[in-house]
Amino acid sequence: MITGTPKPIEEILQMLEPYDTIILAGCYGCVTVCRVGGEKEVEILASTIRLAREASGRKIAIREVCLERQCDPEYIETMRPYVEDYQAVLSIACGAGIQFLAEKYMLTPLLPGINTGFLGVTERQGEWAERCQGCGDCVLHLTGGICPVTRCAKSLFHGPCGGSSKGICEVGKDVPCGWQMIIDRLKSLNQMDNYSKLKPYKGWNTSRDGGPRRIVREDMI
Amino acid sequence: MKSGSNLEKVLAAGHFSVTAECGPPRGADPDVVRRKAALVKGNVDACNVTDNQTSVVRMSSTAGCMLIKEEGIEPLLQMVVRDRNRIALQSDILGASALGIRNILCLSGDHQKFGDDPQAKNVFDIDSMQLIHMVRTMRDEGVFPSGNKLDGAPQFFIGCAVNPFADPFEIRVPRLKMKIEAGADFVQTQCIYNMDKFKTYLDLAKKEGLHDKVKILAGVTPLKSAGMAKFMKKMVAGMDIPDAVIKRIADEPKERQAAKGIEMCIEQIQELKGMEGIAGIHVMAIEWEEKLSEIIGGAGLLPRPLVE
Repeated sequence: MITGTPKPIEEILQMLEPYDTIILAGCYGCVTVCRVGGEKEVEILASTIRLAREASGRKIAIREVCLERQCDPEYIETMRPYVEDYQAVLSIACGAGIQFLAEKYMLTPLLPGINTGFLGVTERQGEWAERCQGCGDCVLHLTGGICPVTRCAKSLFHGPCGGSSKGICEVGKDVPCGWQMIIDRLKSLNQMDNYSKLKPYKGWNTSRDGGPRRIVREDMI
Repeated sequence: MKSGSNLEKVLAAGHFSVTAECGPPRGADPDVVRRKAALVKGNVDACNVTDNQTSVVRMSSTAGCMLIKEEGIEPLLQMVVRDRNRIALQSDILGASALGIRNILCLSGDHQKFGDDPQAKNVFDIDSMQLIHMVRTMRDEGVFPSGNKLDGAPQFFIGCAVNPFADPFEIRVPRLKMKIEAGADFVQTQCIYNMDKFKTYLDLAKKEGLHDKVKILAGVTPLKSAGMAKFMKKMVAGMDIPDAVIKRIADEPKERQAAKGIEMCIEQIQELKGMEGIAGIHVMAIEWEEKLSEIIGGAGLLPRPLVE
């Protein structure tokens, strides 16, 4: 899922300073699962903002909504009948959702209520960790199902570097060495042959470096 | 001869080589480099110039190489893939060769979080293994990795680094083997303190015949004090300093510890020199270049041979 963290309330209040009527829009997708932008978070954030604004002597009207997904046009359209009745939309969906709202409603300022994080997993309740950078050319079949681009701090294709010590990466004592994990897994799969092969330079053109990406599936159009 | 570098010639002639390193200054003053060069000169066959080591911004390695070259020392250019994409790497490889630099050490580079710009964007477009391959391809095939023809191939004696003390130990020799396949002509090791573990590593490498395919230059760093030893052991990932080594220097009174560190370093060089498969020594006297002559001379490695 796409993960995220709430923006500090002070930053949100500062963004809202020019406005007196807003829509606060959540999303039932990933951000609901990682509990940063769902219906419940909309409710809590709306109350917090209202209280803060009341305390500052300038009330704010907030319409609370939660869209099925902010990354699909049909759900975004559900806001069209009333969006222009408000001065701004504060969205707590991921960066993709916020931008999609912005481009559909050209006359309404869109404000981000969360900082979008990464493509990750829930390791345990309240803890998420990155697993994929969406680089567009997956090699997991060669690396024991563990991604060198994401799990190695240097994205090495021939790791581990000299900074791997007792399974821990040089960047921090809580960061496991991705290449130690790859090697452990290749060994258990009896696939160490994959390790000792020189790999070609990675083509980053399928990653963000090639510019904004697009997937077109002719069979679905 | 692949590069015609002095280091390559010294090793090809069967001499036990000596390299040292020179960290460029955190400023634009060339005299800092020249002063270090004066301490290095005559003691080495080539001198590494580090490339923003520990991600702390310093004068560029290429500039440092040229400054020591002007002082009559053969430079060995360290190049990390942390800060440059493949376009900049290829360009800098060509530029360095054009300026007459003939040795290169291909490294990944410490993560930027250790430096003074932890918010920097890292690059790691290719890794150190692929950088070795890149230099080799350009030198031997006369083409860019893209396949386009070069207008004059760069000439380099290609080096890599290994850390026999990092984990997991079992892939350390296979990884060296890959670096040789990628094109490494010589290898400089991380500072060795744990001689037993290094011998195990070297035996495994020799079993694969790697010492015949690559010149192994053993890395040593003289300890200035017991405090330095403890700090390095604790703070530097992949640094293996046995307690017995620390005890030996810690047992000396403070004012005698530096001299003891040098004595231990000389002993170690002599032991390494006697080991089959070790082609030379790489002395990393960190900010202690003034002791190079004492260490290298003390190990009986002076004067350096003149090879044509």
